[in-house]
Amino acid sequence: MTTKLDRPRVLLVDDYPDAREMYTEYLEFSGFDVVQAGNGIEALQRAADTRPDIILMDLSLPVMDGWEATRRLKADARTAAIPVVALTGHALAGISEGARNAGCDAFVTKPCLPEDLVNEIRRILDHPSDDPRKARRSGKYAKTNG
Amino acid sequence: MAVGGQHRAAAKRDEAAAPRAGGPQVPVVAGSRIGEPDAALTARLRLLEGFVGRAELVDCAQLALQWLGDELGIVRSVCLVRRAGEHALAVAGWHGVPSAAISGFSISLDDWGNPLVPALTDRTPLFFSAARSASDRRRRPVTPLEDNAFHVLPLGVSGFSEGAFGLLLVGQTATPGAELQWFTTVFSQKLDQIVRQQSLTDGDKQHGRERSLLYSIINAVSDPILLTDPEGRLLIANARALALFTAAEEESEGRRGAVRMNNMLLSSALSSKAIEETGAARRELLLVNPIDGSDLVFELLSTVAEDSRHGSGVVSILRNVTDLRRASEEIEDNYRKMRVAEVLARAESDRLNLIIDSVADPIVVTDAGGGTSLMNAPAERLFTLPRGASASEQRAVQANDAHFSSFIAGMLVSADQRRVGQIGLNDPRTGEAMPVEAIAGKILSEHGELTAVVTILHDQREAIERALLYEQLKQASDELERKVHAATADIAHQNELLRRQAVELEQASALKSQFLQNMSHEFRTPLNAMLGYTSMLLQGVAGEVQPQVRRHLGRVESNGRHLLTIINEILDISRIEAGRMPLQVSRFKIADLIAEVRAELEPIIIRSKLSVTVRLARDLTPVSSDRQKVKQILLNLLSNSLKFTHQGGITILARRNRKEREMTLSVADTGIGIDPNEHDKIFEDFRQLDNSPTRAYGGTGLGLSICRRLAQMLDGRISVQSQPGAGSTFTLTLPTRGRS
Repeated sequence: MTTKLDRPRVLLVDDYPDAREMYTEYLEFSGFDVVQAGNGIEALQRAADTRPDIILMDLSLPVMDGWEATRRLKADARTAAIPVVALTGHALAGISEGARNAGCDAFVTKPCLPEDLVNEIRRILDHPSDDPRKARRSGKYAKTNG
Repeated sequence: MAVGGQHRAAAKRDEAAAPRAGGPQVPVVAGSRIGEPDAALTARLRLLEGFVGRAELVDCAQLALQWLGDELGIVRSVCLVRRAGEHALAVAGWHGVPSAAISGFSISLDDWGNPLVPALTDRTPLFFSAARSASDRRRRPVTPLEDNAFHVLPLGVSGFSEGAFGLLLVGQTATPGAELQWFTTVFSQKLDQIVRQQSLTDGDKQHGRERSLLYSIINAVSDPILLTDPEGRLLIANARALALFTAAEEESEGRRGAVRMNNMLLSSALSSKAIEETGAARRELLLVNPIDGSDLVFELLSTVAEDSRHGSGVVSILRNVTDLRRASEEIEDNYRKMRVAEVLARAESDRLNLIIDSVADPIVVTDAGGGTSLMNAPAERLFTLPRGASASEQRAVQANDAHFSSFIAGMLVSADQRRVGQIGLNDPRTGEAMPVEAIAGKILSEHGELTAVVTILHDQREAIERALLYEQLKQASDELERKVHAATADIAHQNELLRRQAVELEQASALKSQFLQNMSHEFRTPLNAMLGYTSMLLQGVAGEVQPQVRRHLGRVESNGRHLLTIINEILDISRIEAGRMPLQVSRFKIADLIAEVRAELEPIIIRSKLSVTVRLARDLTPVSSDRQKVKQILLNLLSNSLKFTHQGGITILARRNRKEREMTLSVADTGIGIDPNEHDKIFEDFRQLDNSPTRAYGGTGLGLSICRRLAQMLDGRISVQSQPGAGSTFTLTLPTRGRS
């Protein structure tokens, strides 16, 4: 294990264990420190505890959904600066819009190959000066969405 | 005797002068006065001055005789004049004789015994010496000079063919001298002038009287009368004629116009040859009444009047026959009207007869006594016996008669003006029962007396039959109506069902869209893990992978992607159907888009070993459309071509159609082709002619269906040209200026 300075910390929030495991494995394989959360409340706690460099947020979550969690993260001064990448299987118009309104910095549609997700994370971390308000889309198989 | 008198007068000149002077020197004085030329001239002048301004005979005569006494010393003188129109000599002036002798003195010219009469007519001077005895007196005429000697000097103008018009009796014995003769001449001339003037004046007056009498006569004639000269100029006209043919300047323009017109009409009538040829002609002349502008009809009678002194003229008498004409026209008109009325009345009567006869219903007119006075042909068939009638016909007619008579009898005794009843008659020809409806009306005279009853019989058989038919028709109609009602209710029910079905379908469609969306999410989550792990394995995250395993993993990945494509396409369809695919129009270059699509499919192109050629027209301009959707269509078309082409190549062709403001994007391949019968089917949902995809990107059968829908959204269209074995060309046509 490298130190936090060497390995950027990713908070991965997803209620689907297989997906969580898969991305965790690939992110760690790709050199990231991964912290997991299974719902919105957990995500808020982990974020506060571990201060990740970036948060991957699934939107459809039990207990507290991703939109609400994102809003709270952005409302909290301790976590407001952390970029949030929305991650969803809903490929409908309006979803990304809602995510942006909630405070997400980027938007990735599932299915998203692990390498594509890693590329997106690196892009965001490498260009912190990018307008954080400007949501992005990523994912090789991402379909159109408004 | 006259000669003797003259001689005596000359002999006794001095004797007459002596007593006038009243002394022995009188003649000398007289002689010296006359002898002085200046004095004589002055005297003459005085006489002539006296004459000037005296127009009266008596006045003039008195002056002259006074002058004789004053200037010539003739103490006694009398002037006798025959006045105009009188047959006697009367005293015009006297001097030195008593008025009593003058009063009533005159000499009739018929008194040829009086020597003065021939003296007048023959203009012979006479002398009568003073009478000294009764026998002397008998030989001389009685004059105011009585027994004194006197000269008789005729007063007349020389050259005048007629006799003298007066005599001057001069009481002197001496023979008249030069002065007296001068006086006689001058006096004669003066008297002649006065007498002539008087007679002239008298003549004028007479003429004027006659003229005015004539005028009043012709004015009294109610017909216009006029005299015109041969040139047609008006010479004389009576008041009536003046009213027609003359107008003063101050009269209205209308009247003057009418007068001008009348003059023209008259002159043209007068100038016609008729007058010249016959001298008198009678004809009609139409004039205008200048007062009210109405037409006046005259009968014109013209006569040529010959006058040796003034030439011939035409006398025209106009007789107003306007009223006569009008009356005759009115009579004619009335006669015509009467004739028309007569014809109308006859026609009316004929028509009435015709109507009565042509009425199919029997009509019977009955008099007040119940006897039949008139019936039409249909009635006759019921109530009269034809020749050679059979026994049954006779019975029928008799029965009919009886029934009808009883109806009429009832009518006659009742007070009803009208009565309607049913009578059971029989048709004599067929013997059939013939129920009739009888409508009877009474006809009353002016005094309210019943004159006739008119009865119309209406055959009820047809009506009864019709009522029966009507009833049947009504039943049929009711039945039909019931059926229509039922059918309508059924249709309404069906409509309601359809409406509900439509609602249900709509709901089902919405549910389906929602379901598909949910499904796609549920599909993606596991698929995400499958594709993710496969990718990781292929990348060697879990260590080295055997080639065999790598091949298998490749199959897993391609099938996973195929499944993802299917899910995405299903999602697209449901989005389009749900109207949740908004347009995002931008302006872009079609060349860039083609390059992008080509790049995206590059791995497949390489694997297919097919040549993909891009041909762009030079005049292409940027397109305004939804870039993402155009790209999706092109991706789909190119994928299909790659999928169904085994050898040869694919050409992507972009052209511009300026005229239609369109551009076309075609993908032509040399693939297996499509039967023309199937061209429509390939655009339907879930259609794939080859249901066993042999390639990794085998389709869902939704691709072209989505393409067509997308093209419609973009105001464009997709068409296909293809034959089996001859390849296919799919063409997307888009407006160059997309909708905003």
